[in-house]
Amino acid sequence: MSELIEAFNTFIQTPIGAIIWLVARIFAIMVPVLLGVAYLIYAERKVLAAMQLRMGPNVVGPFGLFQPFADALKLMGKETIIPSGANRFIFIAAPMLTFFLSLVSWAVIPFSDKLVLANVNVGVLYLFAVSSLAVYGIIMAGWASNSKYAFLGGLRSAAQMVSYEVSIGLVIINVLLLAGSLNLSDIVRGQTSMWYAIPLFPMFIVFFISGLAETNRAPFDLPEGESELVGGFNVEYSSMSFALFFLGEYANMILMSGMTVILFLGGWLAPFNWQCPIEFLEPLWGIFWFTSKICFMLFMFLWVRATLPRYRYDQLMRLGWKVFLPFSLIYVVGVAGYLVSTGNFPKVGV
Amino acid sequence: MNAELIPAVLFYLFAGVLVLSAMMVVASRNPVHSVLFLILAFFNAAGLFLLLGAEFAAFILVIVYVGAVAVLFLFVVMMLDIDFEQLRKGAWKSLPVGILVGLVLVSQMVMTAVNWQSLPTAGSSILSPAARHAAATNTQAVGAILYTDYVYPFQIAGLILLVAMIGAIVLTLRDRGGVLRQNINSQITRKASDVVEVRKVQKGAGIS
Repeated sequence: MSELIEAFNTFIQTPIGAIIWLVARIFAIMVPVLLGVAYLIYAERKVLAAMQLRMGPNVVGPFGLFQPFADALKLMGKETIIPSGANRFIFIAAPMLTFFLSLVSWAVIPFSDKLVLANVNVGVLYLFAVSSLAVYGIIMAGWASNSKYAFLGGLRSAAQMVSYEVSIGLVIINVLLLAGSLNLSDIVRGQTSMWYAIPLFPMFIVFFISGLAETNRAPFDLPEGESELVGGFNVEYSSMSFALFFLGEYANMILMSGMTVILFLGGWLAPFNWQCPIEFLEPLWGIFWFTSKICFMLFMFLWVRATLPRYRYDQLMRLGWKVFLPFSLIYVVGVAGYLVSTGNFPKVGV
Repeated sequence: MNAELIPAVLFYLFAGVLVLSAMMVVASRNPVHSVLFLILAFFNAAGLFLLLGAEFAAFILVIVYVGAVAVLFLFVVMMLDIDFEQLRKGAWKSLPVGILVGLVLVSQMVMTAVNWQSLPTAGSSILSPAARHAAATNTQAVGAILYTDYVYPFQIAGLILLVAMIGAIVLTLRDRGGVLRQNINSQITRKASDVVEVRKVQKGAGIS
């Protein structure tokens, strides 16, 4: 056994071995994320059905468990239609960009104490930068479709995502003030004594609602707005290009839940610092809690969708700019003032 | 595959794509493509910052320019209704002026490049621009320098930008009459007794 480990260690020191090992680790993140996306779609249909006293998908496989794969096969079998007058290159690039951006963020997410692909010092900034790019997929799709419904959906989405990013940024500053680091693993470790959701509870709520708006989920799904825009920015898309938008949207939901868990709910930390009862499962203990918390947040996303009607556009903008922005700004001042006055302001390096 | 080769290859990749996309910003026929090339140029500039080890500057560049400024560019450009043929007609007329301006710029750049001299002390300050903060990560170093050494210029710059922002809002704000506005407070505070009236209606009599 030890010889095998040694051989493995020397193998990943070689240039080709290092690349293979890196690709293997990337796949070890990608495959569970995509499976998660498939079963999130299934879970959404089941949860919505249960809340509306229906059965939900129950025909394909036991309890309808193979439904996501049936849907994927169906979408792949369809024809890709490119509307006349569409800008071909941008039309095809937009869904690819959306899907790509929803996956690259996972590079910096810490799954447990040691399990992280890239432990960068500015992990929060990386996540924020990638999530601020997501708007391009939608606005490019809306413009390239050469259709007024798609264009209106794209414009709405651009305005919405830019507005809510501002309050998300201020909420993140609150967390950074408490943690004193931009490294996601350090932020989680800073929550060992108390999850940041407790001292920053109002900010937790603001972040969750802004996350709904940022991922274009109900009640802020105006870019899609079926009732007035047919299907919004993705009206003209069919087949795999539509599937990529769909997958990207759900992967973004999982990512946003992951961000909420890391920033506010203690990431991989077990509640009350419980120890793992079974010793040889210890390495999985962090992953278990991280995924459980993500599932809880995702359930909240679905619950909100089943409960609330869609916002009107001017109300959405009012909430973002006139309520969340001043509120989170005042909270930043308050938290910074409290930390300075009690002498707990994080002193770092310099 | 040695350690020096990879950064060099990445540098030429980023720099090459940066220059090419910057040229395409000017050269492409469709303004939306121009903005998209501009975004590509920002990205490659961020890549160059990363190679320098300035990760904070790289991500701030992406967040501010790509995530916010370029979105607004794209917004405006997509809304424009431009007739490109009309635009290109006048291009030949202004060609001599364009060549003249270009020549002046190129000659200035050449003169600067030929006479360029670094300060004798510059070498050491390039190697460690913030000697006091050598141990800090560059986010911390930027924060420390900006908020302690240069706090007044920084705050003054912030105030100037605030004034510019308020000025822009004041200039574009118009009070138009006859616009229906929603007053959330009055909606929430109104009571059923003020707006609903219950009446007994006679059979077949209707209500007036």
